[in-house]
Amino acid sequence: MTAGPAAAPEVDAEAIGPAVRRRLAGFVATLRQNGYRVGLAETKDAARLLATPGLERPAAVRQAFRALFCGRRSDVDGFDALFDAYWRGERVRQRVAVSGTAKASPQTRRTLAPAGGGGDAGAPVDLTTGDGAAPAGAPSGRREGASRAESLERTDFRHLADPAALAEAHALAGRLARVMRARLTRRNRAARRGSGLDLRRTVRASLATGGTPIRLVRRRPRHRPLRLVLLMDASGSMSLYTAVFLRFVHGVLDSFREAEAFLFHTRLVHVSAALKEKDAGRALDRLGLMAEGVGGGTRIGDSLATFNRWHAARVIHARTAVMILSDGYDTGAPERLGAEMAALARRCRRIVWLNPLIGWDGYAPTARGMAAALPHVDLFAPAHTLESLAALEPYLARL
Amino acid sequence: MLDRQAIADRLAETGYVADGGLATALALMDLLKRPLLLEGEAGVGKTEVAKALAAVHRTRLIRLQCHEGLDRADALYEWNYQRQLLAIKAREGADARESEAAVFQEAYLLERPLLAAIRQPVAPVLLIDEIDRADEAFEAFLLELLSDFQVSIPELGTITAVTIPRVILTSNNTRDLSDALRRRCLYHALDYPDADREARILIARVPGLDTALALQIARVMERIRKEDLSKIPGVAETLDWAAALVGMGVGRLDGDREAVFETLACVLKTREDRARMSRAVVERLIGKVA
Repeated sequence: MTAGPAAAPEVDAEAIGPAVRRRLAGFVATLRQNGYRVGLAETKDAARLLATPGLERPAAVRQAFRALFCGRRSDVDGFDALFDAYWRGERVRQRVAVSGTAKASPQTRRTLAPAGGGGDAGAPVDLTTGDGAAPAGAPSGRREGASRAESLERTDFRHLADPAALAEAHALAGRLARVMRARLTRRNRAARRGSGLDLRRTVRASLATGGTPIRLVRRRPRHRPLRLVLLMDASGSMSLYTAVFLRFVHGVLDSFREAEAFLFHTRLVHVSAALKEKDAGRALDRLGLMAEGVGGGTRIGDSLATFNRWHAARVIHARTAVMILSDGYDTGAPERLGAEMAALARRCRRIVWLNPLIGWDGYAPTARGMAAALPHVDLFAPAHTLESLAALEPYLARL
Repeated sequence: MLDRQAIADRLAETGYVADGGLATALALMDLLKRPLLLEGEAGVGKTEVAKALAAVHRTRLIRLQCHEGLDRADALYEWNYQRQLLAIKAREGADARESEAAVFQEAYLLERPLLAAIRQPVAPVLLIDEIDRADEAFEAFLLELLSDFQVSIPELGTITAVTIPRVILTSNNTRDLSDALRRRCLYHALDYPDADREARILIARVPGLDTALALQIARVMERIRKEDLSKIPGVAETLDWAAALVGMGVGRLDGDREAVFETLACVLKTREDRARMSRAVVERLIGKVA
């Protein structure tokens, strides 16, 4: 191979002294500590840069290092401060905080995870905040099934007061998700049959038959994952449902591969990274941390507006289904919610609104916010029991 | 020798006004032989960088537009099946192995952008546009190609690069790219140009535009981008608008407001945005820059 671009004078990385090399190694270590992905090849190139004529001014070196060491916008944002701190000895900040790396320790408080036996376990009282149109219906009580697992399937999550039952519900949700994932994938494979011809393979196969394409090779449609975007209500009244739902979603997510998740309460938080955590418990922990520290009413309209303005263009494409999990009690103006729902509906393929309150007897979506949102929703379904989560399967398969 | 200023000057000659960071990154491409990853919103001029770079080096620009489901057959090479079938028919009765050898020849090979890019006598600029739209499998394949610059075609053998192209990748960030790819590349985040730089772009690109009007347009654009719009206009839109204003003989934005309001169609591309930028809002914006 000959080098194409204007033959650069070969610069020897050894040309820089050992002291400078050691300093550089220290800088690379600092970068790694701050979450930069820097490999050996980059360090070597950096050494070459330091030996390159025309790069004497610190500002020029900084610019060159920035292009070399940064890989994403968040890297760029913190880079200058790190560089100056290290090379220019300006007030050393050892760790420039990198967003999204909050470590979840086992002791961390779980906001979303079941607060087993805690006071907010049932909390239908919260629901009256907002419009005051509280559903007065009696909860559809626990039915006695043949086995404990079966009865658990039909029990509204908010009636699962003792921690053991809740843990079991979580486990069941995870198992349900696994089964569903396998089925969703299988269905996908069956659907692969019978589309266009794969000419490359057909011609190859026809050589054996003198160029007559007897065995036709069909092109298998590429697995085209639908993108799932989840917007989940993290307010007090919803926290129980959201926790079980998250566990469930964490399990199903693999069959979508492309998924983005957001939590909202008074504001919107992007939580996709946490949801990609392999272990369900850790994922919930991290999500709990992210939703912490917000109080006051649920601002669904405002949260949706934030989503539409800042995230929609990036995460939504033509084959995106948006799933909203919320009870629909919005403390903001219903007009706002309606307008934002309309904007969202224009962009994405489907909107599913999961509302646990549907499972309550005598519930009607009369809250003004919910009523404003409803015309734009393709599927309005409950998500208050494991059974109702299982009922989502045919819908997910069709997506 | 790393001469950023030289690159910036030569880019300016082709009509591309680059900031210091971008000029450095482009200079490093040649020095370190790494591809450059450009990230930024639609319309900040990512693709233009590649075009300008090709013009600077007086070389070909080979473009691969990525899309979902892009595979090797679209990106690398494909056999010309129609001709192969004809050839096999013409040799009917011949030995199957000979037929096979005959049809898997260079003459039946269709070059796609990636193969074309490594077989140029003069190193071209290879633009891999919107890499985030291709799927992960393709990204992994691309990573391999970008480090080895060789392609193996089972029927022909390995094809090694004649020249190493200068590679520019662009991403709109609709999907997060792998760390491996990011690490392999130099990185530059492009933003909308500030008013001063946009004015210089306008002057370089729109013939017959005077400096005062260019600056006014750039300042209005800077403010329009801060409005709550569903489609934020890019540099291409600014250029269209400036050309339209020049074409209508507008000398100053505050001189002929009617023309300004009518030509805003160049900038605002959805009905809601059009409604949002009412006459009063536009008047206010012009008032601020006049």
